Amino acid sequence: MSTNTGQIIGINGNLISVRFDQAIVKNEVGYAVVGDTKLKAEIIRIRGNSAEMQVFEDTTGLSIGDAVEFSGEMLSVQLGPGLLTQIYDGLQNPLPALAAECGFFLQRGKYLAPLDPDKKWSFTAVAKVGDTVQAGDTLGNVPEGIYDHRIMVPLRFRGEFTVEEIKANGDYTIHTVIAKLKDERGDVREVTMVQTWPVKRPINVYSERLRPTEPLVTKVRTVDTLFPVARGGTFCVPGPFGAGKTVLQQITSRHAEVDIVIIAACGERAGEVVETLREFPELTDPRTGKSLMERTLIICNTSSMPVAAREASVYTAVTIAEYYRQMGLNVLLLADSTSRWAQALREVSGRLEEIPGEEAFPAYLESVIASFYERGGVVKLRDGSIGSVTIGGTVSPAGGNFEEPVTQSTLKVVGAFHGLSRERSDARRYPAIAPLDSWSKYPSVVSDDDVSTARKALRDGNEINQMMKVVGEEGTSIDDFVVYLKSEYIDNVYLQQDAFNEVDAATNAERQQYVFNRIVKIVRTAMSFDDKEAARRFFQSLTQLTKDWNRVRMDEEGFKSIEAKIEGMITEVTDYA
Amino acid sequence: MHKVYTKLDRIAGNVISLEADNVTYRELALVNTEQGSSLAQVIRIEGSRVFLQVFAGGRGVSTAAEVRFLGRVMQVPFSEALLGRIFTGSGDPRDKGPSITQNMIPIGGPSVNPAKRIIPRNMVRTGIPMIDVFNTLVESQKLPIFSMAGEPYNPLLARIALQAEVDVIILGGMGLKHDDYLTFRDTLEEQGALSRTVMFVHTAADPTVECLLVPDVSLAVAEQFALQGKRVLVLLTDMTNFADALKEIAITMEQIPATRGYPGDLYSQLASRYEKAVDFEGAGSITLLAVTTMPGDDVTHPVPDNTGYITEGQFYLRNGRIEPFGSLSRLKQLVNDKTREDHRAIMSLMIQLFASYRETLEKQSMGFRMSTWDQKLLKYGHRFEQEMMDLSVNIPLEKALDLGWAILADCFDPEETGAPSKLIDKFWPKPRAEKAEKAEAPAS
Repeated sequence: MSTNTGQIIGINGNLISVRFDQAIVKNEVGYAVVGDTKLKAEIIRIRGNSAEMQVFEDTTGLSIGDAVEFSGEMLSVQLGPGLLTQIYDGLQNPLPALAAECGFFLQRGKYLAPLDPDKKWSFTAVAKVGDTVQAGDTLGNVPEGIYDHRIMVPLRFRGEFTVEEIKANGDYTIHTVIAKLKDERGDVREVTMVQTWPVKRPINVYSERLRPTEPLVTKVRTVDTLFPVARGGTFCVPGPFGAGKTVLQQITSRHAEVDIVIIAACGERAGEVVETLREFPELTDPRTGKSLMERTLIICNTSSMPVAAREASVYTAVTIAEYYRQMGLNVLLLADSTSRWAQALREVSGRLEEIPGEEAFPAYLESVIASFYERGGVVKLRDGSIGSVTIGGTVSPAGGNFEEPVTQSTLKVVGAFHGLSRERSDARRYPAIAPLDSWSKYPSVVSDDDVSTARKALRDGNEINQMMKVVGEEGTSIDDFVVYLKSEYIDNVYLQQDAFNEVDAATNAERQQYVFNRIVKIVRTAMSFDDKEAARRFFQSLTQLTKDWNRVRMDEEGFKSIEAKIEGMITEVTDYA
Repeated sequence: MHKVYTKLDRIAGNVISLEADNVTYRELALVNTEQGSSLAQVIRIEGSRVFLQVFAGGRGVSTAAEVRFLGRVMQVPFSEALLGRIFTGSGDPRDKGPSITQNMIPIGGPSVNPAKRIIPRNMVRTGIPMIDVFNTLVESQKLPIFSMAGEPYNPLLARIALQAEVDVIILGGMGLKHDDYLTFRDTLEEQGALSRTVMFVHTAADPTVECLLVPDVSLAVAEQFALQGKRVLVLLTDMTNFADALKEIAITMEQIPATRGYPGDLYSQLASRYEKAVDFEGAGSITLLAVTTMPGDDVTHPVPDNTGYITEGQFYLRNGRIEPFGSLSRLKQLVNDKTREDHRAIMSLMIQLFASYRETLEKQSMGFRMSTWDQKLLKYGHRFEQEMMDLSVNIPLEKALDLGWAILADCFDPEETGAPSKLIDKFWPKPRAEKAEKAEAPAS
């Protein structure tokens, strides 16, 4: 234990000033001592012999002259088997264990071991004595839920090592030394199943970074078809309150076709996390048949929990995501909401009395957001396997106005933008992703040709609708009116999904290709009607029928028969002229 | 024991500063001035200089005022004896009753461990159809009432307090007009609800800083009642005043404002209060309703905007009624499938038709011709506004649902409503003769 200590000389909210004598490191962790409790804090600025530290806890009761113990280490997470299914706070404190110990309320200064030190894992050695290994190479595996958790040469090790000793297959606890590695100079280092990594540094132990091209199927039709996300890509979901950001993320966390989902609930409502953590253990993952919780990890620093830990929480989450990527897995990180994290930065920046940028956010907001999203990506590992981290962040813009700094900084760095609109959510159109404003740079699961037809139909329909608001239905030609009805049809039967219907709530890629193609064909069909009323009635019943179609599984008998009925309806109104 | 300081070196707004030793962060101090003594709280320490916010305000404080540090944080008494009593934000009696000093508990305690929360499952009945039927209030929910100045939000709160099925009511008033305070007190007293109510009232005439204490004090007491297994309803009015008090202190402390002068931590400050709403596993619950007046009826103003991101829905109060559009209880889905089978159907049906009515009104105002359907909608909308939306309507949920069917039957044919046929068979009011026939049928 380091004996480097300092003394508090100033307290302002969660920011303390500390006088120090020996060398300290920026972003080093220190503990402010108040009575019997030690409060975790991080050095964020050093000037002369005083350092400013943000405390991850409530600072009530601290006093001038109180000691601060510097740890000599940057803020780090523990990585090892047992992370999955856990519920951590922003500093990797396991919340259920904390509840078992402290009851209903969080207790400040209480830090528990993130990983169970007593649990035994069944280790299978892969490396052999005499092998030459580097950081990130697999020494052995332990089964963790449905995956083989790779026990790797610690990622922070530099250079080449020779395996001196490795444990035989058997059950060991995480702190057991499972291998001894000799470096080039002949020093022997011991390796256990756990390693630590500073959260603010990206894990970059891979051979190359690839371009994200493979679609990540979320089973939300609007997303996969019109505004797709790629494995290893990034996307953001801005929207005013009540537009359904969190619901959309919850649905995504359930249905997305990835190996592991990490949910970072950052400064949002506790109730929403509770839904996830009470419901997920009950739900089965259709891909594995196991409980959804087995592929999930929740980092939860809700709005009433200490603000400084909010910033830490997104970094903790992304570091764990990167760790699992090292095992060749596809990880999806959902951060809700990045605005709260930006606000945490703003609070600290304000206390540091830095010169503010727009809306008092710090000037470095943009670069901080950019470097966070840049931690996503597809990588080729040294053993040739591919792993990815996909990052999706919600943004809660003040007043629902996308012109604000957090949304704008995020839009610059992400590959897809799913803008939620108040108008759509008020009209109960779920998901409320605005079809005309959103965009994506990734390839879709359906053909580009179909997508551009649908896009054009939606745009034209919208224009006609705007016009109709002025001139009324009477002043609109029947042709235009049909264009409008077609755009509404796409919206009603394809873009919108019934989240409460098991089949309709999640549409896989195959079905999306099939159904979308069918619907685009209908849109392309020239139709003739006697009058507008007839057209409206036709589309009303077509919509009803197609919605029924959405609710039957593709392998059910009804699927073909409803499709035939739809075809029949279309034939009746087709204009062959 | 505690040293007395008598040399203030700065008095700005409601914040004083002085040189002092051994002071802890957030500690309380007693400031004696010619006008009497006031509590003050440490809000910043820089070396030996200590900044305090004075709850009674900085006005009339002398540079030689006596400042004595108390070595403790803000506390509030807690016992059954609080029920029926009225206090100030600092916890002093406002009702001429004795002051209570036993069993002091700290305020602004730590957050509930999310792992200990449970999914809300109980409805809170209020007897107001616009809430019970359309946006059901759920135990442990936190909901703001967004409203313009001049809307009857305080009478609405008083009605909810009287009618809600809860064990304890905590009313926190911030910047309350004295008349409104008396109205609250008298209404609760007349209806016999005062005995299960605790009031913490800060009136507009009281010093601003004291207003900051009201939510914390109210919620600390609520938390204790909830831990004893009580279902507690906390009513706060008006949170915009609380936010304005935060703003005032932040500006005095020369903090860099974020939007419209409000401090950057407004979201966190509001959230740490609202998140106190909770359903304890194996104990009671706290449900929180808070009035937030929207300056200029602007929902993008920082206070309602930040609130909306924190709370689980919102009620809009407009023209003396709870507006069906925009108002939302995010938790209603968790309970409204267990009330009566037609609850969800009536809820969406009546709102859809009401939306059509609003469209018809628009058409009417633009001079378009009214079709038979439009006429029906107009009749329906009128009855809906009169019999459902009016705030004076006080009927239990089941009666309200029956009333819903009666209104529908009076205005439309069953097919026109689009209600599921199963529910129409069961709930659509039958003409008298047919009803009699039906009643006899099973006997034969």
